[in-house]
Amino acid sequence: MTSITHDESAYVPPAEVEEPELYHPKSFVGKYIWSQDAKVIAVQYAITAIGVGLVALVLSGIMRLQLGFPHAFSFINPSNYLQFVTMHGMIMVIYLLTALFLGGFGNYLIPLMVGARDMVFPYVNMVSYWVYLFAVLLLMASFFVPGGPTGSGWTLYPPQAILPGTPGANWGIVLMLVSLAFFIIGFTMGGLNYVVTVLQARTRGMTMMRLPLTVWGIFMATILALLAFPALFVSAIMMTLDQTLGTSFFMPALVSQGQHLNYNGGSPILFQHLFWFFGHPEVYIVALPAFGIVSDLIAVHARKNIFGYRMMVWAILAIGGLSFVVWAHHMYVSGMNPYFGFFFATTTLIIAIPTALKVYNWVLTLWRGNIHLTVPMLFAIGFVFTFINGGLTGLFLGNVPVDIPLSGTMFVVAHFHMVMAVSPVLVVFGAIYHWYPKITGRMLNDTLGKFHFWVTFLGTYAIYYPMHYLGFLGVPRRYYAMGTTVFVPESAQSLNEAITIAALIVGAIQVVFLYNLIWSYFKGKPAGPNPWRATTLEWQTPHTPPKHGNFGATLPAVYRWAYDYSVPGAAEDFIPQNQPPGKKAKGLEQALDASDLGAQKLDGAGTPKPIGS
Amino acid sequence: MAQPALTGTGAVLPRPEGLQGIVADWSSDQRAFKNVPWGKAMMWIFLLSDTFIFSSFLISYMTVRISTTVPWPNPSEVFGLAIGGVEVPLLLIAIMTFVLISSSGTMVLAVNYGYRKDRVKTFVFLLLTAALGATFVGMQAFEWTKLIVHEGIRPWGNPLGAAQFGASFFMITGFHGTHVSIGVIFLIIVAIKVLRGDLDRMRPGFMTGRKGSYEIVETMGLYWHFVDLVWVFIFAVFYLW
Repeated sequence: MTSITHDESAYVPPAEVEEPELYHPKSFVGKYIWSQDAKVIAVQYAITAIGVGLVALVLSGIMRLQLGFPHAFSFINPSNYLQFVTMHGMIMVIYLLTALFLGGFGNYLIPLMVGARDMVFPYVNMVSYWVYLFAVLLLMASFFVPGGPTGSGWTLYPPQAILPGTPGANWGIVLMLVSLAFFIIGFTMGGLNYVVTVLQARTRGMTMMRLPLTVWGIFMATILALLAFPALFVSAIMMTLDQTLGTSFFMPALVSQGQHLNYNGGSPILFQHLFWFFGHPEVYIVALPAFGIVSDLIAVHARKNIFGYRMMVWAILAIGGLSFVVWAHHMYVSGMNPYFGFFFATTTLIIAIPTALKVYNWVLTLWRGNIHLTVPMLFAIGFVFTFINGGLTGLFLGNVPVDIPLSGTMFVVAHFHMVMAVSPVLVVFGAIYHWYPKITGRMLNDTLGKFHFWVTFLGTYAIYYPMHYLGFLGVPRRYYAMGTTVFVPESAQSLNEAITIAALIVGAIQVVFLYNLIWSYFKGKPAGPNPWRATTLEWQTPHTPPKHGNFGATLPAVYRWAYDYSVPGAAEDFIPQNQPPGKKAKGLEQALDASDLGAQKLDGAGTPKPIGS
Repeated sequence: MAQPALTGTGAVLPRPEGLQGIVADWSSDQRAFKNVPWGKAMMWIFLLSDTFIFSSFLISYMTVRISTTVPWPNPSEVFGLAIGGVEVPLLLIAIMTFVLISSSGTMVLAVNYGYRKDRVKTFVFLLLTAALGATFVGMQAFEWTKLIVHEGIRPWGNPLGAAQFGASFFMITGFHGTHVSIGVIFLIIVAIKVLRGDLDRMRPGFMTGRKGSYEIVETMGLYWHFVDLVWVFIFAVFYLW
């Protein structure tokens, strides 16, 4: 390694691993199509995920049309409606959010933030994307097969998912399951890369306890995914066999439409356990990257170090661990032993502790910060709001006696859309506004961004707050239309209409965001290398957008944590992670002497408390 | 292990004691696991993930075995082999298990000779391992044929008892057999690389683009031992339960 300019007093250990040789393609196709560059793969992932997410957004619009104005649209029949519900849920959770956070932001940010040239195995990383694309195409193909996509609900519960009478029971469900299996294979290839890159390929001085929280969140989420997706993979294989070969893993003896089916002795509850063993960690696979990214957004735009960095890291690890022992709280109504319910309710409530800790830390970071209400910051603050709302209703639903009457109602829909749909999506928006300047070299338009934020944020509340109330009234979810009932008042329908109108407006306004993305790519204000004046390594690259290999001739060396904002005595209000200490340290000492602050303050305010760093 | 801690002022801090020391080691500079190459770390994490796949399979098998009301076929009868008119229970499977476990032994030798850079011996033992693995898969094919053709066992039902017997047997041993087959293919690929001297010349791998080294023999060995270990569990819960 050639020497980097640094102060004599700065100590950086020598590189432990020699730098990998990168594959440098010459042709356009090699650079941007069959690319092995994590940044290009990230953009490919992001574009595919957003594209398929738009399909799901349109589906949700159609569902809302039906709910708001039942019987007004002849092209929506009960089967279609169920198919739209299913595809909307599955696409949003897996093919949009999981792929975008891990495949998109993970690929882009991990190598840049840990100071690596690329992922450890770029070829495998490339294959990961193409397998993902194949999975997406399989899923989309199910719209065009006889019977259409599956309409069994995104949880795909057997026996109904593969019984005649459920839409898509012949082709749709098989395509869905096979697509999921391919998604998991593709994800595993990428996920192994993300984990090994974080563990083994950091730059000199970058200890784990100096990683930006974004990397921590994505790292832990990837570990969760690597351990949780196997359960889904196995259940997808078993259900495919049940459907195609007539095995009876999940199928008990059944009479369907007057016919004795050739199934015997299987366990439908087994599927639910496998599915939720995947399904609950999946919530955190989506939430943890959001937690991490939001921590960074808040710290950068409030010009303040994140409050309680170590606790934030431990909270991420604790949430990740606990998320594997709470899955059956999705199954309170499945007929479990009450003692199980007691156990899972307890673990569910325990998980609220590290989660609440994170929320407090975000708020305390904002507290007396130098808050810049930029678009990313607006989205980050919006996330804190929606997440607190959704988290609180989660406490309701985590308790067995409260969950049982509410579980089949719109209350659940409102809860999980608040906590794991809107909240992570707000972070996705915030993150895109934040990192778009690095990815393209141009700023996104601020006015359009603020307009996008306010409509989306207020629209969220217009959509989901009334939905909680509908749930309390007992309006069931997944119903195509309500017949005449005694317990649902007429006013529920007017509320549904209002929700639909709000939802359509919010959905339509996303066009502004897409327009902003495209317009700014060509006409946006040039961003410069570090428009937000952030400390982390991705903003310190010699080129913007960073070239293949990320850091020019030499890799940066890291001297400090990622949150040196507004350090007393420093020349600027931020100190990049790769800036050697020398001058700053002297200035800091003088400032501290002058302002009569003790040595104790030195730890908290200036240099981070070194944690085995 | 861990490098000395860095501070903002450049002073070197003493290593923390106790739990903090553990955290310091795990989060230490550049690499969490010192002297572990990337490929090996990746294989370990993949195997952890794969463990969850096989655990899910085996737990599902146990669940359906408990949930079905039809009696389960008696494994020592189903898996018996008639030699000269005498039914010997579990004979074939005993041979299969012996073969697979032996292949772990030859794999260890291959890794050993690999680190000594003994090209020919590494090649021989890798190939021997692959041959034993292929023998295992061959015997599994024989066992499947016997069950399907002679005993009439199908995934959707069988004359001996619960339908889940055939379903879970074919699914899980099939999935394991696929693992073994993939392993055999990669053993052969690695063996050829060793013999050609790719690893000595550090020729970049086709798929990884990373410089060749004898560590890939060990990485291959990790996978192979894992497949053997999984077989021990499958053997225990399918044939001995």
